[in-house]
Amino acid sequence: MSSNKKTRIIKTIKVDIEKCIGCKSCEIACAAFHATPKYSSINPARSRIRVIRDELRNVFLPIRAGAYTKSECAGRPSYIIDGREYGECNFCNASCPARELFKEPDSGLPLRCDMCEDDPDLEKPMCVQWCKLDALIYEEREEEYDEEVELNEMEVAVESLIDKYGIEKVIDSIARITKKTQK
Amino acid sequence: MRYAETGYYLEIDLSKGTIERVESDPQLTELYLGGLGTNAKIIWDRVPPEIEPFSEDNLIIFSAGLLCGTPAPGANRTMITSISPQTGLLAFSMMGGYFAPELKYAGYDKIIIKGKSPTPVYLWIHNNQVELRDASHLKGKSTYDTITTLKKELDEPYAQGLAIGLAGENRVYFASIETETSSASRLGLGAIMGDKNLKAIMVRGTKDLNIAEPLPFMEESTKILDYINHRLENPLPGIPGILSMIGSPQEMAVHDEKWHTISFAWGNARYRRKDFWNDEIEEQWRETMENARKKLIGCYNCPAKCHGILELPGFPTYVMKCFSKLTYVMAAMADDLEFGIKIASLAQSYGIDGYTAPQVMAFAVELYDDGILTDKELPNFPKDNRERFFYLLDMIVKREGIGDILAKGVYWAAREIGKGAEKYDHNTIKKHEQIPIKLGMLNPIYYLMWSTGEKINITQIEGQIPQAPLKKEDREEFVRDWVHIPTGKEERFKNFILEWGDEGKVFPFWPSIDLVCELVEWQEIMHYIDDCLGLCAGLSSFPLKPAYHIHNLPLFVKYGTGLDFDEDKLWEAATRVRTLIRAINFREGLRREDEKPPEDHWKKRFPEYEAKLLEEYYKYRGWNKDGVPTKETLYKLKLDYVYDELVERGILKESEEETK
Repeated sequence: MSSNKKTRIIKTIKVDIEKCIGCKSCEIACAAFHATPKYSSINPARSRIRVIRDELRNVFLPIRAGAYTKSECAGRPSYIIDGREYGECNFCNASCPARELFKEPDSGLPLRCDMCEDDPDLEKPMCVQWCKLDALIYEEREEEYDEEVELNEMEVAVESLIDKYGIEKVIDSIARITKKTQK
Repeated sequence: MRYAETGYYLEIDLSKGTIERVESDPQLTELYLGGLGTNAKIIWDRVPPEIEPFSEDNLIIFSAGLLCGTPAPGANRTMITSISPQTGLLAFSMMGGYFAPELKYAGYDKIIIKGKSPTPVYLWIHNNQVELRDASHLKGKSTYDTITTLKKELDEPYAQGLAIGLAGENRVYFASIETETSSASRLGLGAIMGDKNLKAIMVRGTKDLNIAEPLPFMEESTKILDYINHRLENPLPGIPGILSMIGSPQEMAVHDEKWHTISFAWGNARYRRKDFWNDEIEEQWRETMENARKKLIGCYNCPAKCHGILELPGFPTYVMKCFSKLTYVMAAMADDLEFGIKIASLAQSYGIDGYTAPQVMAFAVELYDDGILTDKELPNFPKDNRERFFYLLDMIVKREGIGDILAKGVYWAAREIGKGAEKYDHNTIKKHEQIPIKLGMLNPIYYLMWSTGEKINITQIEGQIPQAPLKKEDREEFVRDWVHIPTGKEERFKNFILEWGDEGKVFPFWPSIDLVCELVEWQEIMHYIDDCLGLCAGLSSFPLKPAYHIHNLPLFVKYGTGLDFDEDKLWEAATRVRTLIRAINFREGLRREDEKPPEDHWKKRFPEYEAKLLEEYYKYRGWNKDGVPTKETLYKLKLDYVYDELVERGILKESEEETK
């Protein structure tokens, strides 16, 4: 029965909050790695990992960009851990309309952590390599899964545009741009 | 396209309320690098000595260093430059933290501020949107409250801010500028901000900063990060505790303060307490520190944890740095670390220099004890020194009564109080309070650094070499991988370490004056490079065997900016900056007779030898017998325009015989 199941490597970055001091080295490494050409520019706003930091409240929390969501949630969660309050959305990794985090600063398109998948593969994602305090811990494990078609980067981007503006507006815009460029 | 730098300054005139975005001249980067270097050039061009510190025309420049915002670890320093209200000389306080990189990401290398705003304002920079906004609701607010309030009001949790507190608003001559984690404390820059009615600057940036040669830059940066980590885990063998590290993480992490408490002077820089440290104190201080310290943290893109988040009930939570842990305790002759942590919390929230303030207070206490200040000036003055310090802090930041005079620092206060108070001013040079160290035998290297240091602050020009001879068995090991030495000096500097402490090879008459000069120059130049590039001295110019040195620094400049820098060119640029700053100070009125260490810094002094040291050092640096850079030196450094003005002002004479 398990003949149509495949195995894949699940990559995890475990976060040890106590070790994070909010230095943002992870943001720099990520922003640099994802620049084109590679390392050619630094802009932490393009980083797919961001550190929530509030030194006077002793809050330091690295969050990696997760999935894009088109609407914010109803009833935002907040947590008190060891007497420290973590604000609304602090633990959430979504690229979401409720906040500025994890959006390309120029286009507003969503950013998502890709674990620095590259050719050849990095030994560890860049943020983990640059975190000398071991607040970010890289782990791999094998897992079985049902095969499904994954969207490529372009499709994710187009899908988010459709979510935001509706499919008709997107088609109209593409048609207009196509006309313009053909002139 | 510009690399490593953004190529833009913000020019703001607070009197007129105008804001301009101005492209900077790329040639200035080649000549003066950035940060302090280009700040000094702007001050030379635009702030002649006729302009008083508290005048509309004085500038205050907030600059990121050339490498800030790049992946170079520890490149996070903000260099703030103006003319000091206390010394009347160039003020160049600096701070780490997060402000400078954010400014770069917003698209600016510098904010140049002139004029005075008629009402309190703050500056809000969000990429291309730059606004002066009303700050009347922030008047009197603490430094921390100001920044957190503004973050909330702007709804910008990722913004970085700097602010002044009550001390800056009231133009206390030693008011600081604070961020949430760092302070630019020295020389009264907070008072300049206050005089300009500028309460705070908030910045948020989401633009790209470009790197000219990305791959090698990233490789060099990774090496630095790995080396820092290596050194944090492996202190130098055979080197006394606090000197074996990199960064300055020891102060917040370690409760054992034996070395500082028995080596530094207490009270008004008077008393050594060689038997102070004992088991009971150690236990008490350990408990206090562990109770108050919530976490060790640090600055942008650096794994060294040099700061501590401290929290004691009833006092504002704050981030403490380095030696401010002990300055109040020792000046107050209090044996109680908790007092130090509490008063530093308040002092930082008022925005006041943690070096100068305790010395001013200790000075006032001495004057009171000796009857020069009385109950008339200090009504209801408490008996307990700790309470006295809280009392004085309040008077000084509010400038009430005698606090108005004490707010000018020891030098000016002593002269205004009179009645012999001048004699109690024994630890200032160039009108600025110095670190309270009192030692025995004259150290020729430190003699020159104290005397000629333009920053008037020994810790900002010292580094690289041990402060005492190493044990014979540790010397070989120390020089084995000492790659930091400038090209051509390897043998001389290594031999210095290998021989220092042998029979007859001790201070003050050893080593030879030319070697003393070379060692002083090396230490100082490395700091000037850091101050231009925006690198933390704790990773670079201050410790022994730092991560950055004269051989890898040019690579960072070259790969970062795309400009063709090598060791010689970088050294020359730093020398140019150093010389220009000397010229600024001479133009402001500094003279040879001001070039001396605190009068009782050493017990054993050698006036004739000291004069010779100074003379030889002036010659070595290409300065004339008065200490002014000669025509030849200035021309060689492409500072012809400086020469012309120094001659015009009569500081240099055209006919003068040049010293070779």
